[in-house]
Amino acid sequence: MERAEVPGRLTPVRRLVGGLLARLRGADRPGPAEPVDTRDPAVAAEAAEWRLATVVALRRETAHARTVVLDVPGWPKHAAGQHVDLRLTAEDGYQAERSYSIASPPEDPGVAITVDRIPDGEVSPFLNDILLKGDQFELRGPFGGYFNWRMEDGGPLLLVAGGSGLVPLMAMLRHRQATASSVEVHLLLSARSPDDVLYQDELHALSTVQAVTISQTFTRRPPPGWDGFARRIDREMLQTVGPSPAAMPKIYICGPTAFVEQAAELLVGLGHPPGTIRTERFGPSG
Amino acid sequence: MSPVTRGFHGRPHQQVNATRLPPGQSIRTDFPVLSATPTPHTPLDEWTFEISGAVDRPVSWTWDELRALPAQTPTVDIHCVTKWSKLDTRWRGVSIDTLLAAVQTQATFVLATCDGGYTTNLPLLDVSGGRAWIVYEYENQPLPPEHGGPARLLVPHLYFWKSAKWVRGLTLRDFDAPGFWEGYGYHNYGDPWKEQRYQGD
Repeated sequence: MERAEVPGRLTPVRRLVGGLLARLRGADRPGPAEPVDTRDPAVAAEAAEWRLATVVALRRETAHARTVVLDVPGWPKHAAGQHVDLRLTAEDGYQAERSYSIASPPEDPGVAITVDRIPDGEVSPFLNDILLKGDQFELRGPFGGYFNWRMEDGGPLLLVAGGSGLVPLMAMLRHRQATASSVEVHLLLSARSPDDVLYQDELHALSTVQAVTISQTFTRRPPPGWDGFARRIDREMLQTVGPSPAAMPKIYICGPTAFVEQAAELLVGLGHPPGTIRTERFGPSG
Repeated sequence: MSPVTRGFHGRPHQQVNATRLPPGQSIRTDFPVLSATPTPHTPLDEWTFEISGAVDRPVSWTWDELRALPAQTPTVDIHCVTKWSKLDTRWRGVSIDTLLAAVQTQATFVLATCDGGYTTNLPLLDVSGGRAWIVYEYENQPLPPEHGGPARLLVPHLYFWKSAKWVRGLTLRDFDAPGFWEGYGYHNYGDPWKEQRYQGD
Protein backbone atom coordinates (compact mmCIF):
# COMPACT_ATOMS: atom_id res chain seq x y z
CA MET A 1 0.00 0.00 0.00
CA GLU A 2 1.06 3.53 -0.54
CA ARG A 3 1.31 5.11 2.82
CA ALA A 4 1.23 8.53 4.29
CA GLU A 5 1.12 10.11 7.65
CA VAL A 6 1.29 13.42 9.42
CA PRO A 7 0.01 14.98 12.69
CA GLY A 8 -0.55 12.90 15.76
CA ARG A 9 -0.33 12.91 19.50
CA LEU A 10 1.89 11.71 22.31
CA THR A 11 5.41 12.66 23.08
CA PRO A 12 7.94 10.39 21.43
CA VAL A 13 9.55 8.06 23.94
CA ARG A 14 13.26 7.57 23.58
CA ARG A 15 14.03 3.92 23.35
CA LEU A 16 17.01 2.89 25.42
CA VAL A 17 17.86 -0.15 23.35
CA GLY A 18 18.66 1.71 20.19
CA GLY A 19 19.98 1.18 16.73
CA LEU A 20 23.51 1.89 17.93
CA LEU A 21 23.41 -1.30 19.95
CA ALA A 22 22.11 -3.14 16.92
CA ARG A 23 25.05 -1.95 14.90
CA LEU A 24 27.57 -2.82 17.60
CA ARG A 25 26.21 -6.33 17.64
CA GLY A 26 26.26 -6.53 13.88
CA ALA A 27 23.06 -5.65 12.11
CA ASP A 28 23.42 -8.59 9.75
CA ARG A 29 23.32 -11.16 12.49
CA PRO A 30 20.27 -13.38 12.31
CA GLY A 31 17.84 -13.52 15.18
CA PRO A 32 15.57 -10.96 16.79
CA ALA A 33 16.22 -7.46 15.56
CA GLU A 34 17.15 -4.68 17.93
CA PRO A 35 14.56 -1.89 17.89
CA VAL A 36 15.38 0.98 15.61
CA ASP A 37 15.80 4.27 17.44
CA THR A 38 14.55 6.83 14.96
CA ARG A 39 15.70 9.61 17.31
CA ASP A 40 19.30 8.49 17.06
CA PRO A 41 20.92 10.88 14.53
CA ALA A 42 23.23 8.12 13.27
CA VAL A 43 20.22 5.90 12.58
CA ALA A 44 18.39 8.76 10.87
CA ALA A 45 21.39 9.51 8.67
CA GLU A 46 21.61 5.84 7.70
CA ALA A 47 17.93 5.80 6.79
CA ALA A 48 18.22 8.93 4.65
CA GLU A 49 20.86 7.31 2.43
CA TRP A 50 19.66 6.01 -0.96
CA ARG A 51 20.60 2.36 -1.54
CA LEU A 52 20.38 0.17 -4.62
CA ALA A 53 17.69 -2.47 -4.16
CA THR A 54 17.51 -5.64 -6.27
CA VAL A 55 14.30 -7.59 -6.83
CA VAL A 56 14.86 -11.14 -5.56
CA ALA A 57 11.28 -12.41 -5.66
CA LEU A 58 7.85 -11.38 -6.88
CA ARG A 59 4.62 -12.82 -5.54
CA ARG A 60 1.13 -12.12 -6.82
CA GLU A 61 -1.22 -11.61 -3.88
CA THR A 62 -4.44 -10.60 -5.66
CA ALA A 63 -5.38 -9.62 -9.20
CA HIS A 64 -4.33 -6.08 -8.36
CA ALA A 65 -1.59 -6.46 -5.77
CA ARG A 66 1.90 -7.89 -5.87
CA THR A 67 4.60 -8.39 -3.27
CA VAL A 68 8.10 -7.28 -4.24
CA VAL A 69 10.92 -8.82 -2.20
CA LEU A 70 14.12 -6.79 -2.27
CA ASP A 71 17.72 -7.38 -1.38
CA VAL A 72 19.12 -4.12 -0.01
CA PRO A 73 22.83 -4.29 0.87
CA GLY A 74 23.52 -2.57 4.18
CA TRP A 75 19.82 -2.39 5.07
CA PRO A 76 19.41 -1.12 8.66
CA LYS A 77 16.92 -3.11 10.70
CA HIS A 78 13.38 -1.72 10.58
CA ALA A 79 10.46 -1.89 12.97
CA ALA A 80 7.11 -3.39 11.98
CA GLY A 81 4.92 -0.57 10.68
CA GLN A 82 7.70 1.52 9.12
CA HIS A 83 7.89 2.50 5.46
CA VAL A 84 10.42 2.98 2.70
CA ASP A 85 10.81 5.51 -0.08
CA LEU A 86 11.39 4.26 -3.63
CA ARG A 87 12.94 6.24 -6.46
CA LEU A 88 12.56 5.05 -10.04
CA THR A 89 14.61 6.61 -12.83
CA ALA A 90 13.61 6.59 -16.49
CA GLU A 91 16.17 6.58 -19.31
CA ASP A 92 15.67 10.28 -19.88
CA GLY A 93 16.49 10.99 -16.26
CA TYR A 94 12.89 11.51 -15.16
CA GLN A 95 12.38 10.30 -11.60
CA ALA A 96 9.35 9.30 -9.55
CA GLU A 97 9.35 8.79 -5.80
CA ARG A 98 6.78 6.90 -3.76
CA SER A 99 6.47 5.66 -0.19
CA TYR A 100 5.40 2.09 0.63
CA SER A 101 4.79 0.32 3.90
CA ILE A 102 7.10 -2.57 4.68
CA ALA A 103 5.29 -5.91 4.73
CA SER A 104 8.14 -8.05 6.03
CA PRO A 105 9.14 -8.35 9.69
CA PRO A 106 12.44 -6.98 10.97
CA GLU A 107 13.68 -10.56 11.31
CA ASP A 108 13.66 -11.12 7.53
CA PRO A 109 16.73 -10.14 5.56
CA GLY A 110 15.97 -7.24 3.21
CA VAL A 111 12.59 -5.69 2.64
CA ALA A 112 9.28 -6.78 1.14
CA ILE A 113 6.57 -4.36 0.05
CA THR A 114 3.10 -5.13 -1.28
CA VAL A 115 1.88 -2.77 -3.95
CA ASP A 116 -1.76 -2.26 -4.88
CA ARG A 117 -2.17 -1.33 -8.54
CA ILE A 118 -3.83 2.05 -8.87
CA PRO A 119 -5.46 2.32 -12.31
CA ASP A 120 -3.80 5.14 -14.25
CA GLY A 121 -1.07 5.26 -11.64
CA GLU A 122 2.49 5.94 -12.63
CA VAL A 123 4.49 3.71 -10.31
CA SER A 124 2.11 1.05 -8.98
CA PRO A 125 1.25 -0.43 -12.43
CA PHE A 126 4.98 -0.61 -13.20
CA LEU A 127 5.69 -2.44 -9.93
CA ASN A 128 2.71 -4.76 -10.51
CA ASP A 129 3.12 -5.65 -14.15
CA ILE A 130 6.52 -4.73 -15.56
CA LEU A 131 9.08 -5.22 -12.81
CA LEU A 132 11.10 -8.45 -13.13
CA LYS A 133 13.32 -10.42 -10.81
CA GLY A 134 16.81 -8.93 -10.97
CA ASP A 135 15.60 -5.40 -11.70
CA GLN A 136 17.03 -2.61 -9.61
CA PHE A 137 15.90 0.73 -8.25
CA GLU A 138 16.81 3.03 -5.43
CA LEU A 139 15.34 2.77 -1.97
CA ARG A 140 15.86 4.43 1.38
CA GLY A 141 14.54 4.08 4.89
CA PRO A 142 13.22 2.81 7.18
CA PHE A 143 11.09 5.81 8.09
CA GLY A 144 8.23 6.53 10.49
CA GLY A 145 8.79 5.94 14.19
CA TYR A 146 5.23 6.16 15.44
CA PHE A 147 3.00 3.63 13.69
CA ASN A 148 5.21 0.80 14.98
CA TRP A 149 4.75 -2.29 17.10
CA ARG A 150 7.60 -4.18 18.72
CA MET A 151 7.30 -7.41 20.66
CA GLU A 152 8.31 -5.68 23.89
CA ASP A 153 5.46 -3.18 23.46
CA GLY A 154 3.16 -6.03 24.47
CA GLY A 155 -0.59 -6.19 23.99
CA PRO A 156 -3.33 -7.00 23.67
CA LEU A 157 -3.43 -5.74 20.10
CA LEU A 158 -6.34 -4.67 17.98
CA LEU A 159 -5.38 -4.32 14.34
CA VAL A 160 -7.95 -2.81 12.00
CA ALA A 161 -7.24 -2.99 8.28
CA GLY A 162 -9.10 -1.58 5.32
CA GLY A 163 -8.04 -3.22 2.05
CA SER A 164 -4.33 -2.94 1.44
CA GLY A 165 -4.04 -1.15 4.78
CA LEU A 166 -3.29 -4.67 5.94
CA VAL A 167 0.32 -4.36 4.76
CA PRO A 168 2.01 -2.66 7.76
CA LEU A 169 -0.23 -4.63 10.14
CA MET A 170 0.99 -7.83 8.47
CA ALA A 171 4.55 -6.79 9.30
CA MET A 172 3.42 -6.63 12.95
CA LEU A 173 1.78 -10.07 12.79
CA ARG A 174 4.88 -11.52 11.15
CA HIS A 175 7.08 -9.88 13.78
CA ARG A 176 4.91 -11.42 16.50
CA GLN A 177 5.29 -14.83 14.92
CA ALA A 178 9.05 -14.47 14.31
CA THR A 179 9.63 -13.56 17.94
CA ALA A 180 7.32 -16.32 19.19
CA SER A 181 5.35 -13.66 21.03
CA SER A 182 2.11 -14.87 22.58
CA VAL A 183 0.55 -11.40 22.77
CA GLU A 184 -3.22 -11.54 22.23
CA VAL A 185 -4.11 -10.18 18.79
CA HIS A 186 -7.41 -9.36 17.16
CA LEU A 187 -7.39 -8.47 13.48
CA LEU A 188 -10.43 -6.93 11.84
CA LEU A 189 -10.06 -6.90 8.09
CA SER A 190 -12.44 -5.09 5.79
CA ALA A 191 -12.28 -5.91 2.08
CA ARG A 192 -14.61 -5.58 -0.84
CA SER A 193 -14.60 -9.31 -1.60
CA PRO A 194 -12.53 -12.41 -0.77
CA ASP A 195 -10.62 -11.85 -4.02
CA ASP A 196 -9.29 -8.59 -2.59
CA VAL A 197 -7.79 -10.11 0.55
CA LEU A 198 -3.99 -10.07 0.69
CA TYR A 199 -1.97 -12.95 2.20
CA GLN A 200 -4.98 -15.29 2.40
CA ASP A 201 -3.10 -18.54 3.08
CA GLU A 202 -0.86 -16.89 5.61
CA LEU A 203 -3.81 -15.31 7.40
CA HIS A 204 -5.42 -18.72 7.63
CA ALA A 205 -2.24 -20.15 9.15
CA LEU A 206 -2.01 -17.24 11.57
CA SER A 207 -5.53 -17.90 12.80
CA THR A 208 -5.10 -21.66 13.15
CA VAL A 209 -1.48 -21.99 14.29
CA GLN A 210 -0.61 -18.60 15.76
CA ALA A 211 -3.81 -17.93 17.71
CA VAL A 212 -4.54 -14.66 15.93
CA THR A 213 -8.26 -13.90 16.16
CA ILE A 214 -9.26 -12.79 12.68
CA SER A 215 -12.60 -11.22 11.82
CA GLN A 216 -13.44 -10.28 8.26
CA THR A 217 -16.10 -8.16 6.71
CA PHE A 218 -16.88 -8.03 3.00
CA THR A 219 -18.39 -4.76 1.90
CA ARG A 220 -19.36 -5.58 -1.71
CA ARG A 221 -19.30 -9.28 -2.60
CA PRO A 222 -19.19 -11.68 0.34
CA PRO A 223 -18.49 -15.30 -0.63
CA PRO A 224 -21.49 -17.58 -1.23
CA GLY A 225 -22.89 -18.90 2.03
CA TRP A 226 -20.98 -16.33 4.09
CA ASP A 227 -22.65 -15.78 7.44
CA GLY A 228 -20.10 -13.33 8.81
CA PHE A 229 -20.01 -9.54 8.56
CA ALA A 230 -21.01 -8.18 5.17
CA ARG A 231 -21.12 -4.43 5.69
CA ARG A 232 -18.93 -1.45 6.39
CA ILE A 233 -17.43 -1.36 9.87
CA ASP A 234 -19.78 -0.05 12.54
CA ARG A 235 -20.03 0.22 16.29
CA GLU A 236 -21.64 -3.15 16.81
CA MET A 237 -18.98 -4.88 14.71
CA LEU A 238 -16.14 -3.32 16.68
CA GLN A 239 -17.88 -4.22 19.93
CA THR A 240 -18.27 -7.82 18.80
CA VAL A 241 -14.69 -8.14 17.59
CA GLY A 242 -13.24 -6.66 20.81
CA PRO A 243 -11.19 -6.42 22.90
CA SER A 244 -13.13 -4.03 25.12
CA PRO A 245 -11.63 -0.76 26.36
CA ALA A 246 -11.22 -2.40 29.79
CA ALA A 247 -8.50 -4.62 28.29
CA MET A 248 -6.61 -1.45 27.20
CA PRO A 249 -5.65 -2.79 23.76
CA LYS A 250 -3.03 -1.06 21.69
CA ILE A 251 -4.90 -0.17 18.51
CA TYR A 252 -3.45 0.23 15.02
CA ILE A 253 -5.71 1.28 12.15
CA CYS A 254 -4.59 1.47 8.54
CA GLY A 255 -6.56 1.92 5.36
CA PRO A 256 -8.15 4.55 3.16
CA THR A 257 -8.88 7.89 4.79
CA ALA A 258 -12.63 7.49 5.22
CA PHE A 259 -12.19 3.99 6.65
CA VAL A 260 -9.58 5.08 9.17
CA GLU A 261 -11.54 8.17 10.17
CA GLN A 262 -14.65 6.04 10.75
CA ALA A 263 -12.86 3.28 12.66
CA ALA A 264 -11.03 5.74 14.91
CA GLU A 265 -14.19 7.71 15.70
CA LEU A 266 -16.13 4.53 16.50
CA LEU A 267 -13.40 3.19 18.77
CA VAL A 268 -13.14 6.50 20.64
CA GLY A 269 -16.94 6.39 20.94
CA LEU A 270 -16.72 2.91 22.49
CA GLY A 271 -14.43 4.32 25.17
CA HIS A 272 -10.95 3.56 23.87
CA PRO A 273 -8.65 6.43 24.94
CA PRO A 274 -7.50 8.38 21.84
CA GLY A 275 -3.92 7.97 23.04
CA THR A 276 -4.13 4.19 22.54
CA ILE A 277 -5.10 4.54 18.88
CA ARG A 278 -2.48 4.95 16.17
CA THR A 279 -3.56 5.55 12.61
CA GLU A 280 -1.99 5.46 9.18
CA ARG A 281 -4.07 6.71 6.26
CA PHE A 282 -3.57 6.62 2.56
CA GLY A 283 -5.26 7.52 -0.63
CA PRO A 284 -4.58 6.36 -4.16
CA SER A 285 -1.82 8.33 -5.76
CA GLY A 286 -0.39 5.79 -8.12
CA MET B 1 23.86 9.54 -10.46
CA SER B 2 20.83 7.31 -10.18
CA PRO B 3 20.83 4.08 -12.19
CA VAL B 4 18.09 3.67 -14.79
CA THR B 5 15.22 1.42 -13.73
CA ARG B 6 14.65 -1.05 -16.57
CA GLY B 7 11.24 -0.63 -18.16
CA PHE B 8 10.26 2.48 -16.22
CA HIS B 9 9.23 5.41 -18.38
CA GLY B 10 6.94 7.35 -16.09
CA ARG B 11 3.71 8.91 -17.10
CA PRO B 12 3.69 11.45 -19.87
CA HIS B 13 5.50 13.89 -17.67
CA GLN B 14 3.17 16.15 -15.80
CA GLN B 15 2.84 19.50 -17.45
CA VAL B 16 3.47 21.49 -14.32
CA ASN B 17 5.37 24.69 -14.09
CA ALA B 18 8.65 23.41 -12.70
CA THR B 19 9.01 26.50 -10.59
CA ARG B 20 6.01 25.36 -8.55
CA LEU B 21 6.75 21.68 -7.96
CA PRO B 22 9.56 20.85 -5.49
CA PRO B 23 11.79 17.81 -6.18
CA GLY B 24 10.24 14.39 -5.60
CA GLN B 25 6.67 15.76 -5.43
CA SER B 26 3.70 15.06 -7.66
CA ILE B 27 0.46 16.95 -8.08
CA ARG B 28 -2.76 15.93 -6.36
CA THR B 29 -6.09 17.50 -7.09
CA ASP B 30 -7.87 15.93 -4.11
CA PHE B 31 -6.84 16.65 -0.53
CA PRO B 32 -5.51 13.60 1.33
CA VAL B 33 -6.09 13.34 5.06
CA LEU B 34 -3.02 12.29 6.97
CA SER B 35 -3.01 12.00 10.73
CA ALA B 36 -1.39 9.67 13.25
CA THR B 37 -4.31 9.63 15.67
CA PRO B 38 -8.10 9.98 15.90
CA THR B 39 -9.49 13.39 14.99
CA PRO B 40 -10.17 15.53 18.10
CA HIS B 41 -13.37 17.56 18.41
CA THR B 42 -13.16 20.61 20.66
CA PRO B 43 -16.39 22.62 21.04
CA LEU B 44 -15.91 26.19 19.83
CA ASP B 45 -17.08 27.66 23.14
CA GLU B 46 -14.17 25.88 24.82
CA TRP B 47 -11.66 26.71 22.12
CA THR B 48 -8.90 29.25 22.74
CA PHE B 49 -5.66 30.13 21.04
CA GLU B 50 -2.74 31.15 23.24
CA ILE B 51 0.69 32.65 22.71
CA SER B 52 2.83 31.78 25.70
CA GLY B 53 6.38 30.93 26.76
CA ALA B 54 9.15 33.50 26.42
CA VAL B 55 6.83 36.51 26.21
CA ASP B 56 6.20 39.50 28.48
CA ARG B 57 2.77 38.04 29.27
CA PRO B 58 0.77 35.23 27.69
CA VAL B 59 -2.14 36.29 25.49
CA SER B 60 -5.10 34.19 24.52
CA TRP B 61 -8.05 34.60 22.18
CA THR B 62 -11.43 32.92 22.26
CA TRP B 63 -12.92 31.62 19.01
CA ASP B 64 -15.01 34.76 18.60
CA GLU B 65 -12.07 37.02 19.39
CA LEU B 66 -9.87 35.27 16.84
CA ARG B 67 -12.60 35.51 14.21
CA ALA B 68 -12.93 39.24 14.92
CA LEU B 69 -9.27 39.89 14.05
CA PRO B 70 -8.44 41.18 10.57
CA ALA B 71 -8.51 38.22 8.18
CA GLN B 72 -6.38 37.43 5.15
CA THR B 73 -7.13 35.06 2.28
CA PRO B 74 -3.87 33.45 1.20
CA THR B 75 -3.85 31.31 -1.96
CA VAL B 76 -0.85 29.04 -1.69
CA ASP B 77 0.74 25.79 -2.90
CA ILE B 78 1.13 23.11 -0.25
CA HIS B 79 3.67 20.27 -0.19
CA CYS B 80 3.28 17.13 1.92
CA VAL B 81 6.34 15.11 2.90
CA THR B 82 4.49 12.01 1.64
CA LYS B 83 5.18 13.42 -1.85
CA TRP B 84 1.97 15.10 -2.92
CA SER B 85 1.63 18.76 -3.66
CA LYS B 86 -1.54 20.72 -4.20
CA LEU B 87 -1.50 24.02 -6.05
CA ASP B 88 -3.56 27.16 -5.46
CA THR B 89 -5.23 26.17 -2.21
CA ARG B 90 -7.38 28.97 -0.82
CA TRP B 91 -7.57 29.68 2.88
CA ARG B 92 -8.92 32.32 5.23
CA GLY B 93 -7.42 33.17 8.58
CA VAL B 94 -5.32 35.48 10.69
CA SER B 95 -1.70 36.27 9.99
CA ILE B 96 0.63 35.13 12.79
CA ASP B 97 2.12 38.65 12.59
CA THR B 98 -1.20 40.01 13.86
CA LEU B 99 -1.09 37.66 16.85
CA LEU B 100 2.60 38.23 17.60
CA ALA B 101 1.95 41.97 17.71
CA ALA B 102 0.13 41.34 21.00
CA VAL B 103 3.27 40.19 22.81
CA GLN B 104 6.83 41.33 23.37
CA THR B 105 9.49 38.68 22.96
CA GLN B 106 13.16 38.02 22.30
CA ALA B 107 12.36 34.40 21.36
CA THR B 108 13.84 32.83 18.24
CA PHE B 109 11.87 29.58 18.06
CA VAL B 110 8.29 28.50 18.41
CA LEU B 111 6.54 25.24 19.27
CA ALA B 112 3.02 24.87 17.91
CA THR B 113 0.80 22.91 20.31
CA CYS B 114 -2.45 21.19 19.38
CA ASP B 115 -5.47 19.28 20.58
CA GLY B 116 -4.47 15.65 20.79
CA GLY B 117 -0.93 16.48 21.87
CA TYR B 118 0.67 17.01 18.46
CA THR B 119 3.54 19.50 18.35
CA THR B 120 5.85 20.92 15.71
CA ASN B 121 8.84 23.26 16.02
CA LEU B 122 9.75 26.20 13.78
CA PRO B 123 12.07 29.19 13.81
CA LEU B 124 10.06 32.27 14.80
CA LEU B 125 11.20 33.95 11.57
CA ASP B 126 9.35 31.31 9.56
CA VAL B 127 6.00 32.10 11.14
CA SER B 128 6.41 35.86 10.77
CA GLY B 129 6.82 38.26 7.88
CA GLY B 130 3.53 37.31 6.24
CA ARG B 131 4.50 33.68 5.74
CA ALA B 132 2.20 31.92 8.24
CA TRP B 133 -1.42 32.02 9.38
CA ILE B 134 -3.95 30.48 11.73
CA VAL B 135 -6.58 29.44 9.18
CA TYR B 136 -10.22 28.51 9.80
CA GLU B 137 -11.63 28.34 6.27
CA TYR B 138 -10.60 26.24 3.31
CA GLU B 139 -12.07 26.95 -0.14
CA ASN B 140 -14.67 29.28 1.42
CA GLN B 141 -15.94 26.64 3.85
CA PRO B 142 -15.26 26.14 7.56
CA LEU B 143 -12.14 23.99 7.87
CA PRO B 144 -13.36 20.37 8.31
CA PRO B 145 -12.14 18.54 11.46
CA GLU B 146 -10.19 15.93 9.48
CA HIS B 147 -8.23 18.73 7.83
CA GLY B 148 -7.44 20.34 11.17
CA GLY B 149 -10.57 22.30 11.96
CA PRO B 150 -11.67 24.38 13.66
CA ALA B 151 -8.26 25.96 12.99
CA ARG B 152 -4.83 24.91 11.85
CA LEU B 153 -1.46 26.50 11.35
CA LEU B 154 -0.61 27.26 7.72
CA VAL B 155 3.10 27.57 6.87
CA PRO B 156 3.08 26.74 3.18
CA HIS B 157 6.78 27.27 2.50
CA LEU B 158 7.63 24.23 4.66
CA TYR B 159 6.45 20.61 4.37
CA PHE B 160 2.86 20.39 5.45
CA TRP B 161 3.44 18.52 8.73
CA LYS B 162 4.65 21.91 10.00
CA SER B 163 1.14 23.28 9.30
CA ALA B 164 -0.15 21.72 12.50
CA LYS B 165 -3.79 20.61 12.56
CA TRP B 166 -6.05 21.41 15.51
CA VAL B 167 -3.60 24.09 16.64
CA ARG B 168 -4.30 25.69 20.02
CA GLY B 169 -1.20 27.72 20.73
CA LEU B 170 2.31 28.84 20.03
CA THR B 171 4.93 28.50 22.75
CA LEU B 172 7.74 30.95 22.10
CA ARG B 173 11.21 29.77 23.07
CA ASP B 174 14.78 30.98 22.94
CA PHE B 175 15.93 27.45 22.12
CA ASP B 176 14.96 24.85 19.53
CA ALA B 177 13.80 21.33 20.34
CA PRO B 178 12.07 18.80 18.12
CA GLY B 179 8.30 18.46 17.90
CA PHE B 180 6.38 15.25 17.21
CA TRP B 181 7.52 14.11 13.77
CA GLU B 182 10.85 15.91 14.14
CA GLY B 183 11.43 13.51 17.07
CA TYR B 184 10.60 10.53 14.89
CA GLY B 185 13.27 11.06 12.29
CA TYR B 186 11.69 13.72 10.10
CA HIS B 187 13.73 16.79 9.22
CA ASN B 188 13.98 19.53 11.82
CA TYR B 189 13.28 22.34 9.32
CA GLY B 190 11.53 20.72 6.33
CA ASP B 191 12.20 22.89 3.29
CA PRO B 192 10.49 21.13 0.34
CA TRP B 193 12.71 22.91 -2.18
CA LYS B 194 15.78 21.35 -0.55
CA GLU B 195 13.88 18.07 -0.15
CA GLN B 196 14.48 18.09 3.61
CA ARG B 197 12.17 15.16 4.35
CA TYR B 198 14.15 13.25 6.92
CA GLN B 199 16.98 13.88 9.35
CA GLY B 200 20.15 13.68 7.31
CA ASP B 201 18.58 15.23 4.18
